[in-house]
Amino acid sequence: MNAYPKLPEFDYVRPESYQEACQFLVSHAGEARPFIGGTDLFVQMRDRLYKPKYLVDIKGLDGTDKISFDPSHGLTIGAGVNMNRVIADPDVTRHYHVLAEAAESVASYQLRSRATIVGNICNASPAGDTIGACLLMDGVLNVFGENGERQEALSTFFLGPGKTTLKTGDIVSSIAFPLPHQGTQGRYIKLGRNQLSDLSIVGVTAVGYPDTSLQSGYQFKLALASVAPIPLVVDQVGEILGREAVSEESLRHAAEAAMEACTPIDDVRGSAQYRKYMVRNLSYRALKEVWVKLIDNVN
Amino acid sequence: MSFHRISLTINGELEQADISANMTLMDLLRDTLIFTGTKNGCAAGECGACTVLFNGEPINSCLVLAVECDGTEITTVEGLGRDSQLDPIQEAIMDAGGVQCGFCTPGILISARALLDRNPNPSVSEIKAALVGNLCRCTGYLRIIESIQEAARM
Repeated sequence: MNAYPKLPEFDYVRPESYQEACQFLVSHAGEARPFIGGTDLFVQMRDRLYKPKYLVDIKGLDGTDKISFDPSHGLTIGAGVNMNRVIADPDVTRHYHVLAEAAESVASYQLRSRATIVGNICNASPAGDTIGACLLMDGVLNVFGENGERQEALSTFFLGPGKTTLKTGDIVSSIAFPLPHQGTQGRYIKLGRNQLSDLSIVGVTAVGYPDTSLQSGYQFKLALASVAPIPLVVDQVGEILGREAVSEESLRHAAEAAMEACTPIDDVRGSAQYRKYMVRNLSYRALKEVWVKLIDNVN
Repeated sequence: MSFHRISLTINGELEQADISANMTLMDLLRDTLIFTGTKNGCAAGECGACTVLFNGEPINSCLVLAVECDGTEITTVEGLGRDSQLDPIQEAIMDAGGVQCGFCTPGILISARALLDRNPNPSVSEIKAALVGNLCRCTGYLRIIESIQEAARM
């Protein structure tokens, strides 16, 4: 006897081209779903939360297995590139370090052999660990849809838990990042029920870089996981830390603003009030660490 | 439901199988090809008892469809040793007493082999990070960690 039920029945489809994949998804709307790593999907299917009639494997499509960096344009990560490849990529660790740091906090090594950045984004969980880094590094999705190719900025992509602006037939082929601003520093701090591998109770991504157009001379950005219906970018943090000299006081002020901005819920992993306090404390810590790195970088 | 014929290499031997779309690699290994060293602990990618090497990289075989494995090379715990020669990590885990009930052991051995392949001299924290996805409820992990350190010296 098996301890757990097998996956429900479905048809496995492996299209040869984006056009074919898109047409199939459109003509089987409501019954078909594209997948890449399946690390989240198969668990939902096993638990009968989701029973698609067709699974469309897009891993064989052109460019999905490529990760490439161009010093004048930036980074492109194909939809099928697993997280371990992203973490080990020298261009990612050099120019987009916070993305590698966030990816490394996801689950376990063997899960990251299948899990992908694009999958993490399309899954649209408010707890998605890599989404904050992708948002703050200005990620743009390359999407193939019924009307051909288009780009979708991540900043307007998330609509709710599991809900995005993607339409039936859309296939995300890759995520692209522009070159980071000179001197960019970042930090991802994750609070889980254990030190490693758990889903986040709170996730804080902080990024900063020198910007002479601002009063303080530095642009800061902060994104929060697991404390709102969507991955939350707290604009007030950049405003507070941009308009006056960065100090212990302004960092604490910014962290308070992050706490005020989030709208967490009670769940099995933590209460809403606990999450709020943790947002304040971890936002302060992440922003401070970025600040220290920025100063060290100058000196 | 769709059915597929796949061929894949398991522990160096070419195998063919007729499978349904909803069969996972774990189901294929355990129920069809009878490589029962690979264990079914949680079927959700949490416990790591079903870990095997997929083209040299460790994966949770409960979260990979068998149909996705067409043309791949899979290594299960049965494939770690060659003939009567055990893998050093197998020798080391026996010597160190890193096995109690043994249910997690195949997955741990595979994760450890993969770690040593990519990092022949791992630190304790690197070993712990590599074993995050392999739960053991008996040993308290200390002897498992010692055995990986010992295997690295062998």
